[in-house]
Amino acid sequence: MNQIVQLFEAAFFAAAHPLSLEDLGRLAPDSSAEEHAAALEELRRHYEEHRHGVELVEVGDGFQLLTRRDLAETITEAQIVHRPRKLSRAALETLAVVAYRQPVSRADIEEIRGVSVEGVLRSLLDREMIAVVGRAEGLGRPLLYGTTPQLLELLGIRSLDELPRLEELSVALRPPTETAELGET
Amino acid sequence: MTAPPTNNGRETPFVVQLDSFSGPLDLLLHLIREQEVDIYDIPVASIADQFLEAIDALGLNEAADYLEMAAQLLRIKIQLLLPRPFDEEGWEDPRAELVRRLLEYEQVREVADWLAQRSSEHAGRFPRGWFAEPPELPPRPVAVSLEELLVAVEELIESLPEPVLHRVVPRPLDVEGATKRIEGLLQELQELTLLDAIGEATSVADVLSVLIAVLELARVGRISLAQRKPFGSVTIRREPDRTAV
Repeated sequence: MNQIVQLFEAAFFAAAHPLSLEDLGRLAPDSSAEEHAAALEELRRHYEEHRHGVELVEVGDGFQLLTRRDLAETITEAQIVHRPRKLSRAALETLAVVAYRQPVSRADIEEIRGVSVEGVLRSLLDREMIAVVGRAEGLGRPLLYGTTPQLLELLGIRSLDELPRLEELSVALRPPTETAELGET
Repeated sequence: MTAPPTNNGRETPFVVQLDSFSGPLDLLLHLIREQEVDIYDIPVASIADQFLEAIDALGLNEAADYLEMAAQLLRIKIQLLLPRPFDEEGWEDPRAELVRRLLEYEQVREVADWLAQRSSEHAGRFPRGWFAEPPELPPRPVAVSLEELLVAVEELIESLPEPVLHRVVPRPLDVEGATKRIEGLLQELQELTLLDAIGEATSVADVLSVLIAVLELARVGRISLAQRKPFGSVTIRREPDRTAV
């Protein structure tokens, strides 16, 4: 293991959140981006080849050391760690709307979900899953919400592109032309 | 909403667990699936009735959202009862908007399921144990004896400046003093000028004091005033003391 790999491993061990290539670059400013990438890859392969209990995972725009997925149950059952609190159904639905419609106002979310979302929005803001990203033009200039990197971290995905595409969902909205052909009661 | 909320002995074909619905659209989708009806051809009349029955059992705090949906369902039900124009070209199914919303919501649910699944999978992959720094603790309560406390209070009270209730501003005009001075001068002189009366007064207040005293004395008839030309010198003359006459 060369010096850079060692540094990277230490940084991953110490960091609370995923580290981006930029973060890692600051550890070894004298070496090139290629060297950084190579070191990262070496570290990742090291954990994989030696079947370590942890692995290097790409999350959001960074990388993070995480315990292997197949060990999750054993670790949880032994009560070594607690799983983070699960998000409520209301929170998940609200997140779904924000993720696909962002930037989106509270009124729009409420229109889609059919319920008041004030409380859910506040708790998602507190947990930093969403953030205020701007204000809409028009009446009252309502706040607009968008998702944050914390959401990617929660899901363990690299970007929102990994969310299922709307066409892939089993319920696809029929194009408007077909709604005219609705049957009669 | 006329049906009373009863659970026993009724022909309700389903048991609704309202906590498990995240909103009126969710409940509506549940009913539609229960009845195995085509979402594009919802029998609004029966679904509306079931919907009303279901929300009867609902706590009031959440009911507003459900009531709004109930009102919408009833409106659609009524619209469907109205005769349609012969020419069906222009007829728009009043259910279309509801269907659109239901399908859109169904998508949201599906994505929410995906998010739940994905986050639950990922939650099993633990990062390094890390604890957020505890928020700064408030300072510990101070432990003192009663005696110490009383001493401290006493010291504090002593250190307090005397309360200032009202600050008396010294009166800048001394009309009384000026009156006495003028009367004194008139004891010795038959007449004098205003400037004499003012004497070596140094401040505006002194000049004004003399002026007011002179005017007052003239008013009560102790002196008479004479001015021979505008802006000329004012002569002050003692009036004979009438009481003495």
